[in-house]
Amino acid sequence: MKLAVLVNEGPYQHQSADSALQFVKAAIEKGHEIFRVFFYHDGVNNGTRFAIPPQDDRNITVEWSKLADSHKIDLVVCIAAAQRRGILDENEAKRQGKSGDNIAPGFRISGLGQLIEAGIQAERLVVFGD
Amino acid sequence: MAMLHTVNKSPFEKRSLDGALSHAVDGAAILMIEDGIYGALKGTAVSGKIEKALATLKIYVLGPDLKARGMTEDQVVDGVKVVDYAGFVDLVTEYDKVQAWL
Amino acid sequence: MAEPWEEDEGPVKKFMFVNRKAPYGTVYALESLEVVLISAAFDQDVSLVFMDDGVYQIKKGQDSKGIGMKNFSPTYRALEGYDIEKLFVEKESMESRGLTAEDMIVPVEVLSKDELTSLMEEQDVILTF
Repeated sequence: MKLAVLVNEGPYQHQSADSALQFVKAAIEKGHEIFRVFFYHDGVNNGTRFAIPPQDDRNITVEWSKLADSHKIDLVVCIAAAQRRGILDENEAKRQGKSGDNIAPGFRISGLGQLIEAGIQAERLVVFGD
Repeated sequence: MAMLHTVNKSPFEKRSLDGALSHAVDGAAILMIEDGIYGALKGTAVSGKIEKALATLKIYVLGPDLKARGMTEDQVVDGVKVVDYAGFVDLVTEYDKVQAWL
Repeated sequence: MAEPWEEDEGPVKKFMFVNRKAPYGTVYALESLEVVLISAAFDQDVSLVFMDDGVYQIKKGQDSKGIGMKNFSPTYRALEGYDIEKLFVEKESMESRGLTAEDMIVPVEVLSKDELTSLMEEQDVILTF
């Protein structure tokens, strides 16, 4: 089945990102297609490559990036929420005159329309939030 | 056409479990995850509510979240089924939509 | 029977946006409204539901100057212009908070918990924020 996931919370602060990761991994293992993982609200913070969590704990951003790489999962960070919270890719940084960008590999910044499209195209949309 | 309701907060913290229970029609399913697992335990102020709901709803709890919080399967209300993440995925595909009570 | 020019419209799904949280204390009310506005561009069948503390999102008379935050409640009035007209409030949530439909900044249809439950059953996609 084609599944879509919405992650509403940032990494570590809430369990949402972890639950979403475990769900997506289990879905892939069962042979389902993940149409998109959309990050909204503080969920956009899953997409910064500058996080340095303790070595003996999971690196949530890297886990997402690995999934994007190994299974071509489409990880989309909402541009409006990202702008509010300072998650930028190279283009956005240039556009906004910021000194750098921080988006993690495998993530892309796009509009809220991508969330609606995911709701339309996927057969199920699962929300992880607080 | 049956719905899967997910509840991820403790019933002692938020009213999300009540929200799910009061908006679930006969034949729907409720899955408790994250801190929501506390709603699945025997001997609490909400156990009676869950026992009653089992008459018309299928109720599930996510095993890994139970274990993480030091709870065991036999502490879960009789009739509530324990599932893992693979089971969570199965529930999502078996029911025709998911509503998250956050 | 669809006209030839209507055939490429794409699927129309019933989307429900469920708001259960109060405004200002968290960002969810503001940012979920942004999703609803974007959804208008996709010609889907959109319903917007306010229940639990979500009913406070559309309460009249919000003046947020003192807390230094933007008052976004007038944006609910813009929804009609985007053809988002199905706004529902759960009766029990409203009444337990001492509110009536007249307290709301936009016209709403008041549904009982059971009526709202039935409406939820009809949806294809339910988004909670």
